[in-house]
Amino acid sequence: MIIKNSIEGSFHLTGGDFTNAGIASSELKSILTELGLDDNVIRRAAIATFEAEMNVIIHAIAGTIYYSIMPEHIKIIVNDMGPGIEDIELAMQEGYSTAPDWVREMGWGAGMGLPNMKKNSDEFKIDSVVGEGTTVEIIINIKQGLR
Amino acid sequence: MNIHEIASKLSLDVKTTKGDLEREVTGCYISDLLSDVMANGKEGDIWITHQTHPNIVAVAILKNLSGVIITNKRVPEEDTLKRAEAEHLTIMTGQAPTFEIAGMLYHFLRC
Repeated sequence: MIIKNSIEGSFHLTGGDFTNAGIASSELKSILTELGLDDNVIRRAAIATFEAEMNVIIHAIAGTIYYSIMPEHIKIIVNDMGPGIEDIELAMQEGYSTAPDWVREMGWGAGMGLPNMKKNSDEFKIDSVVGEGTTVEIIINIKQGLR
Repeated sequence: MNIHEIASKLSLDVKTTKGDLEREVTGCYISDLLSDVMANGKEGDIWITHQTHPNIVAVAILKNLSGVIITNKRVPEEDTLKRAEAEHLTIMTGQAPTFEIAGMLYHFLRC
């Protein structure tokens, strides 16, 4: 399958909406599966998107996931209206989390979200303004992954 | 070994009706941290956890796990079962603690 034009879309996320957590990443996974992309590319995109989705649900008021699937790569941008991250370097460390206890009891907030996103990305960028929100940009290369 | 055989050998209670009981279980992953399962669980694994909320279904589907076993007499939330049925995921519960269920599974899957 060769993607000629870019395929774009977006999902809206509501902070605190744990019930619908995973729906956006699952829909993106279906779109990528239908395009016949490599399983490994799909898996990485789905994990990175799910972790980004969870961060918005856990920490922010609302957010949006934008995706564009291009011939060479998938770009996923997640931005939120949230508290922002004071120290990005610290937030990127595995095990560091500011999630409240009740979220940790659900098995989230283990400080693995951002590291998992980075591990599954070929390029990963994060920008944040305290009191305004955070934007994460994930790029996953698909060029070698075409069937 | 498939889900049905595991349920029967480990005396698990199958809480869903629409999952594929013939699905082959190729391994097992045990964790209560959802990001850990997303990072380290493998397709075909059966997942043993104490978590009972609906997000376990999303994680299991995303990773294409073969099923979920909730141990220690814990009961899945109603929404979890609804979501699992919609996704055709099998959720089972076990009376025994995780150690015993994992020990039996190890015996069946690896020995």
